[in-house]
Amino acid sequence: MAAGEILAIIGHNGSGKSTLLRVAATAVRPTRGSGTVFGADLVKDPQAVRSMLALLSTEPGVYGDLTALENLRFAARMLGVPTDHAPLQRALDRVGLGREGYERARNMSSGMQRRLSIARLLLREPRVLLMDEPYNSLDPDGARLVNELIRETKDRGGSVLLVAHDLSRGEGLPDRVVEMQDGLLAEPTAGPDADSVIVRDVIPLDQPKAHGLRLERGGLR
Amino acid sequence: MAENTLRPMSAVAPSVAEPLVLRARAPWLVALTWLAPIAVIASQAYFIAASAPDRDMGHLQKIMYVHVPAAWNAFLAFFWVLIQSVRYLWKRDERADLLAAAGAEVGAVLTGLTLVLGSIWGRPTWGVWWTWDARLTSTAVLFLVYVGYLALRGLTDDPERRARWSAAVGILGALNVPIVYMSVKWWRTLHQMQSAPSTLDPTYTWGLRANAIAFLLVLIVFIAYRYRGLLAESVLERQLDEAALSRRVRT
Amino acid sequence: MTAPVTLSASLQADWGRVLAVAWKDLTAERRTKSNFNAVVAMAGMILLFFGFALGPDAEGLRNAAAGVLWLTILFSGVLAFNRSYQLELEAGALEQLLLYPGERWAIYLGKLLANIAFVFLVEVITLPLTAVLYHVAFPERWLSVLGVLVLGTTGFVALGTLYSAMASRSRSREVLLPLLLFPMLVPVLIAASGATASLLGGDVMGDSRAWIRLLAAFDAIFIVAATWAFQFVIEG
Repeated sequence: MAAGEILAIIGHNGSGKSTLLRVAATAVRPTRGSGTVFGADLVKDPQAVRSMLALLSTEPGVYGDLTALENLRFAARMLGVPTDHAPLQRALDRVGLGREGYERARNMSSGMQRRLSIARLLLREPRVLLMDEPYNSLDPDGARLVNELIRETKDRGGSVLLVAHDLSRGEGLPDRVVEMQDGLLAEPTAGPDADSVIVRDVIPLDQPKAHGLRLERGGLR
Repeated sequence: MAENTLRPMSAVAPSVAEPLVLRARAPWLVALTWLAPIAVIASQAYFIAASAPDRDMGHLQKIMYVHVPAAWNAFLAFFWVLIQSVRYLWKRDERADLLAAAGAEVGAVLTGLTLVLGSIWGRPTWGVWWTWDARLTSTAVLFLVYVGYLALRGLTDDPERRARWSAAVGILGALNVPIVYMSVKWWRTLHQMQSAPSTLDPTYTWGLRANAIAFLLVLIVFIAYRYRGLLAESVLERQLDEAALSRRVRT
Repeated sequence: MTAPVTLSASLQADWGRVLAVAWKDLTAERRTKSNFNAVVAMAGMILLFFGFALGPDAEGLRNAAAGVLWLTILFSGVLAFNRSYQLELEAGALEQLLLYPGERWAIYLGKLLANIAFVFLVEVITLPLTAVLYHVAFPERWLSVLGVLVLGTTGFVALGTLYSAMASRSRSREVLLPLLLFPMLVPVLIAASGATASLLGGDVMGDSRAWIRLLAAFDAIFIVAATWAFQFVIEG
């Protein structure tokens, strides 16, 4: 991927696209292969990679017993960004949760929790935005918000990698769309000149049921 | 989807240092496979026959020829688990993890053997099946640490996670062994329990050493074969994964 | 890339994260309280059970008090550790937690602090309850008893926090945690109950000092070891 590029990977469930995203996010160690993000190696220097990216996952990743504001404050403290009320409130306002700041995350609908995790993304400006099924459980307003976020990242010179099984709400944003099937990318990835995310033949393996074997690990094995 | 323009799996540079390969048995292992049981039989037979019956215990004392070497080697096996665990976390070499696992399995058996023999020896000696003797009790704790280690391995399916987690557990467990021994020893002395006199005839010392070495050979052989078994399983899984993958590339 | 940060600045940032994690765990716990109540109830139940098992003779109970206290702490405390990670697993928060910048040990120490606070609060209730049920007179050296409580709890929680990071994500987690944890706690149980028994009985022989030193050494060794091992254990 090039800097400032929006790459979408589409494929059916189980095609391995989420796993691919997770490798890029350094959440999963690849069994084989390598990758770099703006020069930082995924396996050798994951800390450096992490400081550059933000992940919007399928799960909201919030703490049910904490309020929306407390969730954001925790994220801000962990990220090392200002924890004053104002920027947190702004983030909540932006995602349409301006009045839910004192609501416990557990009491929110899944769509609202999703928005909360988007608010978390707004706390800083990552260089690489990774998104896993960003349009899921979001109404048209939410989808619009996601697209705004994508546009803003690109305008900053950042890159966006999103995986989805359905891009109908993407407003045609992605610069490039690659399909993934059964763990294999349908096109070769960018050559060594691309200076953003380089993913070389990272091939997830899932359970080969044909063997009748108990291989219960999914993902990159 | 249109035609596939992917590169095959072989073009991927593996991040694992060397592929896991199951080779034929090395000559030293073949030799030891013969030598070890011979050594055990020989040293057991010789020293049991040659040593005089203990003045108090009679021939019962000769159970020490199995109990003590088993104990020494059980602790040695744990030390082996420690080293391999450290090596795994340092180098992330899967083979180190398999060596540790093999060591733990054999060590667990030896520890169990030590406890049973200690108990059998204790019954006629002290009249009870168990005393809270410092060494025996520490061995019992070590046994439980082994069991926990093996249970963790059994309950964790993902090989990488299993390796990392057992390495952590193995290292911390090994760190604790001397501390456990010390605390049990102090606990015994503070409760003013008479330490059961384990007076061993000095002639026994050579017998113990010889048997310990014989048992060490057995330990090595068992670990080696167990390691090979684990390695074979791992190689097989890897080959199945690759086969599944190449099938997908072709379609 | 960000400009290189000085060592002390990043250390400060990591300590900030330690406190953030601790605060987050404690706040979550404070909100529900159901876990705390359940653990305290368990502790009370265990105290009663030991009483039933040992018999109502006052002298016997008094002699057993120190041991029973520590067994109660261990058996009820162990129920609390997995909860700390359940928070993270519920809505996929662990994934995000691991993506924040900073060292892994910050997460460990944060959880450690929160767990120590939790278990200590349980003990604040358990200790007087034990004294009442087991006919223990108020010890002269109550400060030392408190010290033993702190040292023993620290060692217990240090290992519990590490091992529950694994057990909470395994099958058979209810049995795996005690199975892994308890053999490691043998020195803590021996030393803490030994010191407590000694102090409750007036510490005539001065035994408690040796036990306290053992506890301190244990704590030092295993806090360091667990902090180091955590990074290998917490990754997916």
